[in-house]
Amino acid sequence: MSAASPRPPTEPSTARPLRGGVFHVRAQVLSADDIRRAVTRIAHEIVERNRGDEHLAVIGLANGGTWLAEALARAIAGIEGHRPPAAGVLDVSLHRDDIGLRPVLPGSITTIPGSLDGRVVVLVDDVLYTGRTVRAALDALNDYGRPRAVQLAVLVDRGHRELPIRPDYVGKNLPTGVDEEVRVSPGGVEIGTVVSS
Amino acid sequence: MTEQLELLGPTAGQAQHLRSIEELSVEDLVDVLDLTDHMVEVCRRPVPKVPALRGRTVLSLFFEDSTRTRLSFETAAKRLSADTMTFSASSSSVNKGESLRDTVETLDAMGIDAAVVRHRSSGVPWQVSRWTSASIINAGDGWHQHPTQALLDAYTIRTEHPAARSAVAEGRRPLEGLHIGILGDVKHSRVARSNVQAFQALGATVTLIAPRTLLPPSVAGWGSQLTVTTDLDEVLPKLDVAYVLRMQLERQEQALVPTLREYTARFGLTPERAHRMPGDALVMHPGPMNRGVEIAPEVADRPNSVITHQVANGVALRMAVLYRLLGSGVPLTGGSDV
Repeated sequence: MSAASPRPPTEPSTARPLRGGVFHVRAQVLSADDIRRAVTRIAHEIVERNRGDEHLAVIGLANGGTWLAEALARAIAGIEGHRPPAAGVLDVSLHRDDIGLRPVLPGSITTIPGSLDGRVVVLVDDVLYTGRTVRAALDALNDYGRPRAVQLAVLVDRGHRELPIRPDYVGKNLPTGVDEEVRVSPGGVEIGTVVSS
Repeated sequence: MTEQLELLGPTAGQAQHLRSIEELSVEDLVDVLDLTDHMVEVCRRPVPKVPALRGRTVLSLFFEDSTRTRLSFETAAKRLSADTMTFSASSSSVNKGESLRDTVETLDAMGIDAAVVRHRSSGVPWQVSRWTSASIINAGDGWHQHPTQALLDAYTIRTEHPAARSAVAEGRRPLEGLHIGILGDVKHSRVARSNVQAFQALGATVTLIAPRTLLPPSVAGWGSQLTVTTDLDEVLPKLDVAYVLRMQLERQEQALVPTLREYTARFGLTPERAHRMPGDALVMHPGPMNRGVEIAPEVADRPNSVITHQVANGVALRMAVLYRLLGSGVPLTGGSDV
């Protein structure tokens, strides 16, 4: 490792590094109520943009996007006059570009609702960071068919993109430092740092 | 990009091997079976191929004939986008007198990440791993070990037997509480050795059922819970799995059994015997089958026979093993290096 490197050599390039240590919360950014309102708003935006589309599939990226995709699918189904979308889970581990550079093991089993040929797919993740997970997901989707369009919904966009990828629906734009970590659950979004124990 | 990428932990660069079931801890066994679930999903996709091992080279190093195991490994490697090379002794310089060591070092020089080794002599995979920096996977050495067969059999029981499925759902070891009978030529079977170790580590009770001439001189060291019997009919109603081994017809001239008909009469899995097993019991066989000798054709084709599942699961299980050793970056926890 060169000492002249402008960035610390241990810096991981992935959205969710497997870092050990204690998470110190700096601030809560979204409360559970804020998340509920954001999900409802995004659901309406999805319906508005894909009005009358019978072939919507909402796919959560495992593991962080799974619960959010379920919540979004429920919210869309609750909107009057709209047909409930198909929901699924996509695990992109075996498509990642950092296999061999850091430990990568799959999380949940992928479940895709039928063929994706000709459908509009909304990919859902909790945090958008480098964009590498989304790139892997676009690659993985090809194995299941050829969607008519793919859109991206995230609860938090924390910046620091490393690839030309942008979200279509955002819960909150959150400026962060690369040394910070964003933790998301249905109960809230927190920002903080991990101190190795 | 000028960015420095994080190197893996202390084991980075050190090859991981699967030469024997003993190299896996119970956690490793459970992890590999869980990873196989993912690979089964990959195999079911319209395009059953992932880029996980792109740029890696897997060598099949087969000094003994095999169709299913070699093709199963090569299919697994290709579904992970690895490149494959095949070496078979019958069409190689081994016929010109090249030694095993020279053969391995020559192939190693071409650049390989893993070698899948089969040889008629026990211990060859350990010897080979001294001559190459590649990961070694044992695909059968003599009468000794065939670890991926044991893993795919354990995976098949875990997915097909209702008691195993509920054990997994309750977070117990997948084969806990199951009674598995291994029936037939245990003495000459590498499958039996590996399977006994894997089944016991995953919580099963194992009984060996064979004529005395087809049992090894001692089963000490095969595990404390192991029982041995020569009475198939007595143990049959208690079995959750009847694992039938191949009767090695080529050994018939050694007169280990009086005649094949007598063997079938006492140790063959006939339809009458299969009916005396519990209703949800599974029938398994590592193949190739001698129908009418160790297993009746009707039994092999019954719904509770999961023999074709074993073959299908073989590809997914070998994908899991290749990915775990070559791609995951997660070192095995069990087994000290020899």
